[in-house]
Amino acid sequence: MRSRNVDEQKLEGLIANLLRAGVVLSAFVVLSGAVMYLGFHPRAHADYRTFHGEPDSLKTVHGVVRYAFSGHAMGIMQLGLLLLIATPIARVISSAAVFAVEGDRMYLLFTLLVLAVLLYSLFGSSLFV
Amino acid sequence: MNVIEFTFLVWTGSLVAGFLGALTGLGGGVVLVPLLTLFFKVDLRYAIGASLVSVIATSSGSAAAYVKEGFSNIRIGMFLEIATTIGALLGAFLTAKVPASALAIIFGVVLLYSAYVSRRTRPRTETPEPPDPLATKLKMNGTFPDTSGIRNYNVYRVPAGFGVMFGAGAISGLLGIGSGALKVVAMDQAMKIPFKVSTTTSNFMIGVTAAASAGVYLSRGYIDPGLAMPVMLGVLIGSLMGTRVLVKTQTKLLRLVFSTVIVLLGLEMVLKGLRGGF
Repeated sequence: MRSRNVDEQKLEGLIANLLRAGVVLSAFVVLSGAVMYLGFHPRAHADYRTFHGEPDSLKTVHGVVRYAFSGHAMGIMQLGLLLLIATPIARVISSAAVFAVEGDRMYLLFTLLVLAVLLYSLFGSSLFV
Repeated sequence: MNVIEFTFLVWTGSLVAGFLGALTGLGGGVVLVPLLTLFFKVDLRYAIGASLVSVIATSSGSAAAYVKEGFSNIRIGMFLEIATTIGALLGAFLTAKVPASALAIIFGVVLLYSAYVSRRTRPRTETPEPPDPLATKLKMNGTFPDTSGIRNYNVYRVPAGFGVMFGAGAISGLLGIGSGALKVVAMDQAMKIPFKVSTTTSNFMIGVTAAASAGVYLSRGYIDPGLAMPVMLGVLIGSLMGTRVLVKTQTKLLRLVFSTVIVLLGLEMVLKGLRGGF
């Protein structure tokens, strides 16, 4: 039987704050982009009936970052969404750190495996589309 | 429809979906895709992309609260996330290969199934079993706060749970939903994890599972910021409001109404899919 020790309580507190901060930050960035987007093109036609896919500047991590920092509303909103996607990844990284400190090698391995899948999806999957 | 009108209407719809989803515990994600495709005529792939993003927002937002209360089991979550993330990656790759009408039919069936699961009362035979050696080896047995103090629990049938979780991840990646209903089935029914622990741990896992398919969706161009923005902001605010009033309201009737809506949307997805309308 495992008891809830101090480290674990610390981990849980850390994770809770991390998740909350990630969501708040991403919502703020998305909202900032939204204000620009709606302010600049309020009368543009919204049509999502047919699938065109997104341009390259909105499809890759470095493309989105570059597009956002050049001040484009679409890029800023997409950057906010990327921050949201990054939140669970940061959560997994912090769990890995805590398992490493606790010396729990088995769970460190599990956590790194999950992290590898997440990073592959974000950075590697575009290579095989 | 111009951008302002479209954004406002999608935001309002997503807010209501997030609110009802949190209030009834059925999740807002399941109604989002039918809402976007059937009412706003959004292409299924854009709808799935926007829905997936909002799933990460609600999962992370509410998991923050549950983690602090000490209900979710981080070791169980992490171990099962190996299955859900690999499943989600596979599901996300399959989304591009499966025709849109077939996706819509699968989506409808999943909707009908989650409505069925939510209506079913779960008969639980509480025969005490000896601790599962594999669960013990994986340090999964834990404790959670109860009205009568700290309660211990054991975990069983780890391989079966792991298998169902792989399926739940694949469905999540294929359809852009959290597939919380399936995750709870794996933990509650197969692994005999207490209901409160399984629902909160499931919620905790949904964000990581969704992040595993989000990268694939992004590189495929399924995530359109103009559409995902009102969906994400609406669902996030709606579900936060839903969790606030959760304790105060009588949710039985609301659950009945909401699951009826889910059944109708599920049937419509299946029928429209069969007619090749996607």
